[in-house]
Amino acid sequence: MPESTDTALTQIASRTDGARIVLDRVSKVYPGQDAPAVEEFSMVAEPGELIMFVGPSGCGKTTTMKMINRIIEPSSGSITIDGRDILSLDPSELRRHIGYVIQQIGLFPHMTIAENIAVVPKLLGWTKQRTADRVDELLQTVQLDPGTFAHRYPRQLSGGQQQRVGVARALAADPPVMLMDEPFGATDPITREKLQAEFLRLQESIGKTIIFVTHDFDEAIRLGDRIAVLSERSQIEQFDTPAAILAEPANDYVRSFIGQGAALKRLALIPVETAVLGAASAAVDHHRIATDDSLRDALDLLIVTGAPAIGVVDRSGTLVGSLTVERISTALGADATALAATRSDEGRLA
Amino acid sequence: MTPFDLAGLLTFWSRRWDDILELMVEHLVVVLISLAIAMVIGVVVGMLTWNKPIPAAIVIAAAGVALTIPSLALLALLIRPFGLGWTSTVIALTFYSLLPIVRNTIVGLREVPPSVLESAMGMGMGPIKRMMSIQLPIAWPIILTGVRVAAQLTIGIAAIAAYVAGPGLGTLIFNGLSSLGSKNALNFALTGTLGVIILALLVDAAFVQITRLTTSRGLRA
Ligand SMILES: Nc1ncnc2c1ncn2[C@@H]1O[C@H](COP(=O)(O)OP(=O)(O)OP(=O)(O)O)[C@@H](O)[C@H]1O
Ligand SMILES: [Mg+2]
Repeated sequence: MPESTDTALTQIASRTDGARIVLDRVSKVYPGQDAPAVEEFSMVAEPGELIMFVGPSGCGKTTTMKMINRIIEPSSGSITIDGRDILSLDPSELRRHIGYVIQQIGLFPHMTIAENIAVVPKLLGWTKQRTADRVDELLQTVQLDPGTFAHRYPRQLSGGQQQRVGVARALAADPPVMLMDEPFGATDPITREKLQAEFLRLQESIGKTIIFVTHDFDEAIRLGDRIAVLSERSQIEQFDTPAAILAEPANDYVRSFIGQGAALKRLALIPVETAVLGAASAAVDHHRIATDDSLRDALDLLIVTGAPAIGVVDRSGTLVGSLTVERISTALGADATALAATRSDEGRLA
Repeated sequence: MTPFDLAGLLTFWSRRWDDILELMVEHLVVVLISLAIAMVIGVVVGMLTWNKPIPAAIVIAAAGVALTIPSLALLALLIRPFGLGWTSTVIALTFYSLLPIVRNTIVGLREVPPSVLESAMGMGMGPIKRMMSIQLPIAWPIILTGVRVAAQLTIGIAAIAAYVAGPGLGTLIFNGLSSLGSKNALNFALTGTLGVIILALLVDAAFVQITRLTTSRGLRA
């Protein structure tokens, strides 16, 4: 039994670029409560996927997420990571291979930043040198200069800096899975946006399987590969890509969650280069937008300048075409059609 | 009663300084032994009860009641089973040290933020590891404050313990009291009292240093 536990953990730990997580009819009933906090929750997260849980306060997002690292024990159902039943593994050892970031961060106040990041590597018995190298690398990854920050204490850092350390600490042992509970929830909007952008860039390079809890729908759209919109008892109202949810909300509940401005939110997801551009000569003014900016940025520029058309430039700065409000609107329609087409394809395959 | 005579006191000291010093050391040693025992018991009891409201309340209440027992009465009770001397004194002092140490251990452990505990758990630390490398170090300055209070308390009570022929400066005070009217009575009592005060000040200063040296810089305000 200890041997199979060890092999299971070794196998999970080796999938540093993401493991598949499968939750199968997982329920949680808290002691002394009649209604379950989570009822029959089933979901598959593919390796390397960033999945967002969104839903109103108290709907069970945190409870669902914390069952994956067994901070909360499920009342029934099964959870596997990379095919291994995690409920049969030692919880502490399992957790060393699952990164965990919470809103309150929970840095250890009596340890330096370097010591905080080194906690899991130490638990795993890494050598001093390997741990030290990893700490340096991670501090750079989260854009904190090791020379300045490694030997500071948490109280000497700003909230945003502490949250970066929280992310670095969770990544320390290169876990295949990360659980993040409103990690940027306590930061001001500007810091949050910056952290989100950094986090997106980070995920592009590390490609972990991430479960990310938020109640900010815009954050979900911005970061998620797929979004699970949850209601009471963690019921899944819709589970799909941001674009698909925005284009085709499954029901009124999801629609109310999206709120106003669904079209604008969708535009934010579509890069300028997917639109059919007009002639470069139509861009009479000097207003320019880059091909990898979003159509929302393009629309913004059109409105702000009042110009009938703006120029589109590629990475090298060459003018490659122009955009008008009309063309943006067409691109939005085409996007919806394309989406519908892929979905009916999927339907045929299934 | 003889009038106060400074010159007499100084001669008294010059003639007996080695005795006085020895009593002072004894006094310190008996206090330190008691504190060490009380610290082990108190911190362990605190660790076992801090997150169980009812046992914690009972322990604190019991230690509080214990503190109200007059020291002479307690010592008198201890003489029967343990006889005169060090044992009775150490037991009594340990007894009185428990309240501040247990209480501060419980308070200190409760002050560790739940988010810190949760992230320790989420990173794969088991209960013992969490206690030793997260909870105790964070609670440490508060626990030490309890020990410091206990030290002040027991330095005073140890003087009374001389009544059971325990060690320390109390011997001088009781010598003085029992020979009132004699030439050196006042010198004995005065020397014992001054010694206790000086010891208390020295120990307190030592605790300030110890707290500074053993508390993480990250915990200092
Ligand atoms: N330890 C607990 N004991 C009993 N009930 C709990 C416990 N934790 C959560 N609950 C209940 O379970 C339900 C789901 O809570 P959960 O924390 O998962 O919600 P959430 O979606 O994360 O909410 P929020 O957005 O406010 O963080 C709530 O009704 C909550 O009151
Ligand atoms: Mg929550």
